[in-house]
Amino acid sequence: MDARRESEVSPMKNRTTVERKSERELIVTRTFNAPARLVFEAWTTPELFKQWWVPKSMGMFLRSCEMDVRVGGRYRLAFGHDASNAAEFFGRYVEVTPHSRLAWTNEEGGDAGPVTTVTFEERGGKTLLVLHELYPSKEALDAAGTGAADAMSESFEQLDELLAAQSASVGRS
Amino acid sequence: MVQYSRARLDASFAALSDATRRGVLEQLGRSDASITDLAEKFHMTLTGMKKHVGVLEQSGLVTTEKLGRVRTCKLGPRRLEEETAWLERYRQLWDARFDELDKVVEELKQKEKVDGRKKRE
Repeated sequence: MDARRESEVSPMKNRTTVERKSERELIVTRTFNAPARLVFEAWTTPELFKQWWVPKSMGMFLRSCEMDVRVGGRYRLAFGHDASNAAEFFGRYVEVTPHSRLAWTNEEGGDAGPVTTVTFEERGGKTLLVLHELYPSKEALDAAGTGAADAMSESFEQLDELLAAQSASVGRS
Repeated sequence: MVQYSRARLDASFAALSDATRRGVLEQLGRSDASITDLAEKFHMTLTGMKKHVGVLEQSGLVTTEKLGRVRTCKLGPRRLEEETAWLERYRQLWDARFDELDKVVEELKQKEKVDGRKKRE
């Protein structure tokens, strides 16, 4: 991962990296140009969380979001417009250290769900965010990866179609 | 179909979990080589290198062909792209998410500035 080279290509946008650290672990990193308390606030306030957790490219709709952000507190995210296309994600917070650390379980998949830990490290007014997912087994991670890959390629296809339709209606530019 | 590719991914990740095997892939990316060449290059016994090549062969990343007494290794029909593809899609998901989070955080920052100014006034 050569961050310098990337910043030459795209000076404004911070880079997101993903690394499979071991058979059971994934690490995602990204820097935000803001103090840690603001990034933490956006992560722990339902109204703010709803604004970013489901990017438009995912083609999903976050119907409700409940978060009881304290150790042992539960969260529940409900996707879909109605019961026919609903999906729920839920679990509980296992670590909450304001502005620096957050960890939660992912229980919708039974025992196969990972424990997700996010750390917010402030450096000179910027925040390095490290998201760490620890799966109970290698098989669970592989399955999650394949599922996510399938879901994403599906939504990117939708996006491609949408963009193609838009550019067709706009005509040649 | 999904199960099939998952089993292949498993084999590939197992093959790639070892530094020597990654080195062998890199080497074969430059040119084909015999097991003897590879053993010398990586300072290993012939038996040790045969084991590594066996794992790579099972995962489909490497193929071998015996000509006379020499077994030549080359990169298999499958490349690393498949293994990195799902990581890349996963990265794109988080990248899209974090682009949105950037906007939310930027708004909070602006709001703080405005509130700060109001307090000073």
